[in-house]
Amino acid sequence: MSTPTMNTLTPTAPLAPAAAASPLAGLLGPCLRGAVFVALVTGLAYPLLTTGVAQLVLPRQASGSLIEHGGAVVGSALIGQAFSGAGYFHPRPSATVGPDPQDASKSLAVPYNAGASGGSNQGPTNQGLIDSVTERAAAYRQTNGLAAGAAVPVDAVTASASGLDPHISVANAQAQAARVARSRGLDPAQVQRLLAAHTEPRVLGVLGEPRVHVLRLNMALDAVPAPAGQAPAALK
Amino acid sequence: MGLNLLEFALVLAVMTGLAIAMGRWLAHAFTDPRHWAPERWSYRALGVDPAETMGWARYGLALLLSNAAMMGLGYLVLRLQGWLPLNDLGNAAQAPDLAFNTAASFITNTNWQAYAGESSLSNATQMGAITFLMFCGATAGVAAAGGFVRALARADSQDIGNYWVDFMRMLWRVMLPLCFVMALVYVWQGMPQTLTSQATATTLEGARQQIILGPVASFETIKHIGTNGGGFFSMNAAHPFENPTPLTNLLHILSMLLIPSALTVALGHMLLKRRQGWVFFGAFLIMFVGFLALVYGAEQAGNPLLTQAGADQRLSATQPGGNMEGKEMRFGIADTALFVTTTTAATTGSVNAMHDSLTPLGGFVPLAQMMLNCVFGGDGVGLINLIQYAILTVFLAGMMIGRTPEFLGKKIEAREIKLVMLSVLAHPASILGFTALAMLWPDTGASLANRGPHGFSEVLYAYTSGTANNGSAFAGFNANTPFFNTTIGLAMLAGRYLTLLPMLAVAGSLAAKKTVAVGPGTFPTATPLFMGLLVFVVLVVGGLTFLPALALGPLVEQLQMTAGQLTP
Repeated sequence: MSTPTMNTLTPTAPLAPAAAASPLAGLLGPCLRGAVFVALVTGLAYPLLTTGVAQLVLPRQASGSLIEHGGAVVGSALIGQAFSGAGYFHPRPSATVGPDPQDASKSLAVPYNAGASGGSNQGPTNQGLIDSVTERAAAYRQTNGLAAGAAVPVDAVTASASGLDPHISVANAQAQAARVARSRGLDPAQVQRLLAAHTEPRVLGVLGEPRVHVLRLNMALDAVPAPAGQAPAALK
Repeated sequence: MGLNLLEFALVLAVMTGLAIAMGRWLAHAFTDPRHWAPERWSYRALGVDPAETMGWARYGLALLLSNAAMMGLGYLVLRLQGWLPLNDLGNAAQAPDLAFNTAASFITNTNWQAYAGESSLSNATQMGAITFLMFCGATAGVAAAGGFVRALARADSQDIGNYWVDFMRMLWRVMLPLCFVMALVYVWQGMPQTLTSQATATTLEGARQQIILGPVASFETIKHIGTNGGGFFSMNAAHPFENPTPLTNLLHILSMLLIPSALTVALGHMLLKRRQGWVFFGAFLIMFVGFLALVYGAEQAGNPLLTQAGADQRLSATQPGGNMEGKEMRFGIADTALFVTTTTAATTGSVNAMHDSLTPLGGFVPLAQMMLNCVFGGDGVGLINLIQYAILTVFLAGMMIGRTPEFLGKKIEAREIKLVMLSVLAHPASILGFTALAMLWPDTGASLANRGPHGFSEVLYAYTSGTANNGSAFAGFNANTPFFNTTIGLAMLAGRYLTLLPMLAVAGSLAAKKTVAVGPGTFPTATPLFMGLLVFVVLVVGGLTFLPALALGPLVEQLQMTAGQLTP
């Protein structure tokens, strides 16, 4: 690694005034070598070392916090997924899109597409946004048996930023609980207990918001044996 | 509400504590006569002499040329993606205009992204081009602040330090160790760190879900500590893998503020004028708290049009309420407001919510902070920008009392003021000039996601973000066209080097001057009065320059929203 440049620059004093004469002298080589050197250190060594240590110490998180059920990967603990069955809690609206299987140059709505995160990016006075919220509110009231014109929790009718939000608000979950219990033929109190168990509190009491993890709650519901004479309606 | 205010107070208190510790460390690193072993290896690899002293011109040239070489290498990696390994999803290389835009974006610490990371970059590119350039841009910025402050501390001297030494010390003593430790904390919280590109899940309802993975944690650390802001995923720090928990959200916020706030403390130590450092810190903080209050108030109050559409936006024990369009449930309103304020104050550009969907006044805040560009500001350049305004302030005060202005014991004369004005004017000239050009460009309409005043805000936001080297976006806007890639790329380069280089010249000019004794006519700059005056000058200069443009965008939209008018 020793370079002749070093030796010519340091000990020989007479060269210094010559170097000072042109501000460019002795800069081009170090700039080019510097780019390669810093690229190797920060773009290769650092991420690879971090990957090695992380995979060794925290392999589950480092590989995406995947949740397995019966030997198959059912999702990631951090990534939301779409639910529409009456026996499941429903997540927030998602604005993610995916390629149209008929015509790959076009895209269509694919909620919770974890291959292409996305928000609606509609501004506050956008007609399209207000129309969507109005439609979602009407659908939400109908699905959950709410009175016409009842105000709906705002997170239930607005698209998240990532389109992959794994959580809903407690208010949103409460509004859905009766419908889920009815659909599964479960005691509402039991659904409430599961809901409480899957409500995550604020971190350290102040950070973030209390929230319900939809995938975990729905998995817990699936784990409850269906009452006698009741078909498992969850997957309808 | 009370809990949210408590959270804000706690975060700012922790930020201040970290600023003190980090500030001392930075001052030590900038002045330590010894070199660490990795630093000596680096000098040898580059073939530079760490004992060489540099005037401002050579220092600036070293910064400029090394950045150019790094940008060129980054461009090359982006263009060669198809031939590089770790590309099992078979992503194609970026087109030349997009690769220029991306390389310019990441070397200037902007991190504007006209591409979607998860669907177009391989893991090799995410590391070898993006992570690499994020280190370069940020480290060069902090190094420049070191040279700048050293120059202010000197008198009768042509020497402002050695760029290579400043760069390597910031890399080895600050960036790399902090990033490595933080990356492991991030993985513990759930961020992926793997060379695998994807996992496939079968959801409970039987759908197939493709989940993109990669070396995310090592990317997120430098992204925030380096006030970079470009996302691994398209939706940036709103994506659960980039920001899985409220704790990572807090760490992102503290990381972004760490170096910009610590540099004020470092300045106090290096100049042996601690009070001066705190005056700058205070000026930053006053503006920050004001803007935070504005965006939090606006987002928590929500959008009356959503209420009419049937949404319940009231804050209660069971929901955060407010305008939740484009926001994540784990962050709610308070953590989002804090993040919005921080990312555009510390010109990071990382987003944990979609700024395009903020209320008009909420969206006004990021725009205004990027226009002022000195509410903490990016790594290194934030402090330099504030000092530019401080020199302007002593100049205006000197005009009022009819004396030659002095700053930190040096006379401020015509040359310094000309250079300061060049820097002050380059910023709005780029923002407003390019915005005006884009408004006349016939194809601009096709790039807009929203019409009316909000559409204008999208364009204004793009050039403000580019020039301020922020990188956040009103992301509905499609900037991946040759016109926008080129002009926003130029705005980023102008915003970076046309403010940084003139200010290095100012520093060099001040370093060469003799110190003048403090006299009865000296206007003291380490006082609350000066702090107030400084904030006033920043707001007046920024306001006079940008209010007409802001009036056409967010302010009109606010009136539109309260009047219940929709844009088709």
